[in-house]
Amino acid sequence: MTPLLVAQIGLTLFVFVMLLNSAAVMVYVERKVAAFLQQRLGPYRVGWQGVLQPLADIVKLMFKEELRPKAADAFLFALAPIIAATCAFAAFAVVPFGAETTFGGWLPEGLRLQVADVNVAILVVFAVASMSVYGIVLAGWSSNSKYSLLGGLRSSAQMISYELSYGLALAGVLIIGNSLSLTDIVNRQAGTWLGFIPKWFVFLQPIGFLIYMTAGIAETNRAPFDFPEAEQELVAGYHTEYSSMSFAMFFLAEYVNMVTVSAVATDLFLGGWHGPFLPESLGWIWFLVKVGAILFFYVWMRWTLPRYRYDQLMRFGWKVLLPVAVINLLVTAAGVLYFEL
Amino acid sequence: MVSLNHYLVLSAILFAIGTAGVFVRRNLITILLSIEIMLNAVNLTFVAFGRALGAADGQIIVFFVMTVAAAEAAVGLAIVIALFRHRESLNPDSWTALKW
Amino acid sequence: MAFYVFAVIAVVASVLVIAQRNPIYSVLLLIASFGALSGLYVLLEAPFVAVIQIIVYAGAIMVLFLFVVMLLNAPHEETDYDERIHAYEAERGAGVPAERVRGAGAPGVNKVPMRFGGFLAAALAVELVWVLTKGGESGAFPSGAISSVKTIGQLLFTDYAFAFEVTSVLILVAMVGAVVLARRES
Repeated sequence: MTPLLVAQIGLTLFVFVMLLNSAAVMVYVERKVAAFLQQRLGPYRVGWQGVLQPLADIVKLMFKEELRPKAADAFLFALAPIIAATCAFAAFAVVPFGAETTFGGWLPEGLRLQVADVNVAILVVFAVASMSVYGIVLAGWSSNSKYSLLGGLRSSAQMISYELSYGLALAGVLIIGNSLSLTDIVNRQAGTWLGFIPKWFVFLQPIGFLIYMTAGIAETNRAPFDFPEAEQELVAGYHTEYSSMSFAMFFLAEYVNMVTVSAVATDLFLGGWHGPFLPESLGWIWFLVKVGAILFFYVWMRWTLPRYRYDQLMRFGWKVLLPVAVINLLVTAAGVLYFEL
Repeated sequence: MVSLNHYLVLSAILFAIGTAGVFVRRNLITILLSIEIMLNAVNLTFVAFGRALGAADGQIIVFFVMTVAAAEAAVGLAIVIALFRHRESLNPDSWTALKW
Repeated sequence: MAFYVFAVIAVVASVLVIAQRNPIYSVLLLIASFGALSGLYVLLEAPFVAVIQIIVYAGAIMVLFLFVVMLLNAPHEETDYDERIHAYEAERGAGVPAERVRGAGAPGVNKVPMRFGGFLAAALAVELVWVLTKGGESGAFPSGAISSVKTIGQLLFTDYAFAFEVTSVLILVAMVGAVVLARRES
């Protein structure tokens, strides 16, 4: 057991616990921001300003009865939430969130602040994201309920449609960053242009960033693209029949997915842990700030925009987002060739 | 030590399983899945040979096979949907007539 | 060691794919099999192919299969019994002309060609294994594999540029074909 190995294991556990916590924090933030946007108070009874509300929610969920419809496919019904949660956590494994550090000389060599260093990290994120659709689709099918099935069908169609734009938006960054490793891409965004504009790829890929964010919202099934669960039409969509902890798993998966999409966006477009005023070793503070900003944006969108109609969603995905993404990729490639970036 | 032969034998077994699926099953979707198994067995052979010869060509051919598999799945499933609309069945024996 | 784990998963999952009566389980088991194959690609030092295998096969093609299985909602393969019941109900049901159903309903599943097919597949397996192992021990893989994405990309757009372009036409044709076939005639 070298110190480095111990540190790596500790880091992995730390990331896991922090992701769990982030879901709890996001539940609170979501409710508070929603209340703020709707000019009401939101939770304020449990603890100071309601900060213990997530704990109360967890306790409530744990003490609910675990129900399974009689006609449901028992095995798949149990498997679906596990797949959803596993995929959500797995994607974060390759996301770096800070510069190499020795913890003030405690370690003999630098430790990269990420769970696993993979040289095709972006593709891994993409692959895991494409697997997460199974949790939702299987939940929808195995419940043997019409609302669930409709939710699952919508989800599979939506995910396939928006994954293309998502992938093409990533490809634009790959071309500029000239690497498939997230660490390399972040390190290429260090420094500034003209002394004050940070070298973030969002300035080179503004359209790519917008496409990524839009497709990211669709991938995480958040409003205004929350068709798989559309309350007004489908009761609760794919998780209509779920209760107690298996429902909590879907809930957890949704928030962890949001955090992952935001973290990847930060690494790809917003310069990761690079920022002014702070030394490199405290870069993770910048990372947290940026991820927090994107998460706030997500919540803001949810409580501002109404849901699309389903045909509008499909038309937008295939006839607007995809062509724009393709053109963006072509222009990016031409630009990289022309300016020899 | 795992050698090239191990991979070749494995892909032969997988290919045979796929063939058996096409022969034995009477469900159009399972037959399409069996074809996917066969394509994947061949992919494994390509990558293993590419590794043994130290060339990247094996991996490139895998991409082409995947493209063909995607096209095949899209058209095949479209045909399955069209057939299902006619007979409410996925049994290939339901379509013994050329025209109806 | 890892090879044997992945190989066993791949083979067992594939066998179960064709042994399942429920297409949903078949699709899921096939995904498991693809996952194992992806692991084998990693062992063969082709990480790019491994990830693409997951993205394209497990993430796109299999979702399409699952989508169709759910859309048709016809989970179980028709056995002898099902077919009789099915034909009977359909005959009684409105809208379907009786003679059409009788023409379609095969007189029970004929097991002989199936058994013969299974035998052929087993023979193929034996033959393939025999041929492949005849060449003697092939020895270990050389060190220094070519796995960089850059090499693959360069080859793809130089030596294989024509095939690449033709592939794009193939995909276009498949897309048009799928739309035309699956469209409901109004």
